[in-house]
Amino acid sequence: MTVIAWIVEATWRACIDAAGRHAPAEADIVVLHVTDADVADVAYGAYAGLIGRRHPHRDPGSKVQDLASAAAHELLDEAAARLARPCRKVERTGRIETEVVAAADGADLLVLARDGDLSHLGPRSISHASRYVIDHAPCPVLLVWPGTPPAISATAPPPHPPLRR
Amino acid sequence: MGVSVAEVCSVVLLVAVLAWAVIRPWGWPEAVVAVPAAAVALGAGAISIADAGNEVARLGPVVGFLAAVLVLAQLCAGEGLFAWCGAWMARVANGRPDRLLIAVFVVASLVTAVFSLDATVVLLTPVVFATAARLAVRPRPHVYACTHLSNTGSLLLPVSNLTNLLAFSASGLSFLHFAGLMTLPWLAAIAIEFTVFRSFFARDLAVAAAPLHDASVPVAAPWFAIVTVAATLAGFVVTSAAGVNPAWAATGGALVLAVRAALRRRTTLGAIVGAADLPFLAFVLALAVVVRAVIDNGLDTALRGWLPEVGGLAGMLGVAAVAAVAANLINNLPAVLVLLPLTVQGGPAAVLAVLIGVNIGPNLTYAGSLATMLWRRVLHQHNHTAALGEFTVLGLLTAPAALIAAVVALWASLHVLGGGWP
Repeated sequence: MTVIAWIVEATWRACIDAAGRHAPAEADIVVLHVTDADVADVAYGAYAGLIGRRHPHRDPGSKVQDLASAAAHELLDEAAARLARPCRKVERTGRIETEVVAAADGADLLVLARDGDLSHLGPRSISHASRYVIDHAPCPVLLVWPGTPPAISATAPPPHPPLRR
Repeated sequence: MGVSVAEVCSVVLLVAVLAWAVIRPWGWPEAVVAVPAAAVALGAGAISIADAGNEVARLGPVVGFLAAVLVLAQLCAGEGLFAWCGAWMARVANGRPDRLLIAVFVVASLVTAVFSLDATVVLLTPVVFATAARLAVRPRPHVYACTHLSNTGSLLLPVSNLTNLLAFSASGLSFLHFAGLMTLPWLAAIAIEFTVFRSFFARDLAVAAAPLHDASVPVAAPWFAIVTVAATLAGFVVTSAAGVNPAWAATGGALVLAVRAALRRRTTLGAIVGAADLPFLAFVLALAVVVRAVIDNGLDTALRGWLPEVGGLAGMLGVAAVAAVAANLINNLPAVLVLLPLTVQGGPAAVLAVLIGVNIGPNLTYAGSLATMLWRRVLHQHNHTAALGEFTVLGLLTAPAALIAAVVALWASLHVLGGGWP
């Protein structure tokens, strides 16, 4: 059985704890981190705009890419240490949602944490990328709350009455 | 040579210069084609030696001013000024992405205004990313803010952008008058950017950070660099009031930091000359000569019909819109070189409206369409494909609104401070 724990910067602890709690002892746990390629791309793009003064060794895009790679490795190491079980660390770079869905191909469980506005129950508690992953995941999904979930009274009323069919 | 032949010849040269700048075969500098193109324009009689000489003599000090600012920024980076900014931003953010965004807006706007947009793009962006990573905050809104503010934040001072230096020398304004007129537009455009960013990235900014380690790394304030930069800014005001070219103040500031860095063996003469980027300076002068040949051989009469009369707010908005479109079509540097001679007789109101257009406009198609082509090439080299959709949406939400707000603010400033119309 393969369990994938997809960690993101702010909420990775909750995700790792849930994977440790719910994955069977014999499960093969994969700790997955995806680096958002758009961020380095934006830096490359801004530098490309400086017509006439581009030098490859000064490109901020390459610097951002190196920093992102170092930060991802550090995060994966910390997550593996917190899990305190044998696991595989997987680092991907690209469009976050499509990379996660691709990584989940053939897995038996995908664990992820809500990573939006965590002060209310409801759709805004999930980021756009996570929403896409939940909609497209080719395997069962475990969606956990980082920390204590808000009280049920914090649910926003639905914007429209439900449609009758 | 007949007028039409000269015009065709100079247009072909300009297209060749811009195409080389996009493709940059073998990574050779842009000047490799721009300087010979200027020579061909001279040899073919598309521009007289006297006119070309005037253009170079007029722009030489402008380009020198830019070189001094580039060197100053690089030496400040060596002194640790930008790392200190990163530590300050982390402290202000205190683990909250929304507060980090405020700190990034403050720092990026000031760095762009004082050290030019190049410093924000090259020196500050990696620091902002590293700060977000250290705080375990999703870096997307903050890095995007940096790139947008390198354009929007460059309205304030003549040194904030090469386009400003060109407009400054054409406008006849003093340094202080320029800064006074552009303060409100600068603030208005930044306020629009901030409002849009807060709602566009609301979900990214809502999650509290969970740093791996204590993120508050103490960084000693680089007081020598801070005092030198403050003295340089004061020098701009003093030289401007005394009728001396403020480029001397920038040169003085750069010299002080260069001597200190050399004494501490932290830099070499080669590194300082490298930071001044001589091939780029040659490219700017050569491009200006070629553009001048295109304008003098008929583009001015062809374009004049397209430019609105700058009699009031509507005319200023029209000129800024034309400038923004031109900056997107051919990059803001050639755009400002083409538009300044056509608008300079409209006085500072027209020149500064052009400037607002060419500075904010590039955010519309991210970095201008020519630059977007460059960008796609760079990404291709790194095996990425550009996600143009989100940048374009963000550009459409910010650039037109920021442009209108800045022009209205400029119009109001001109009424209060005066000196806008000839």
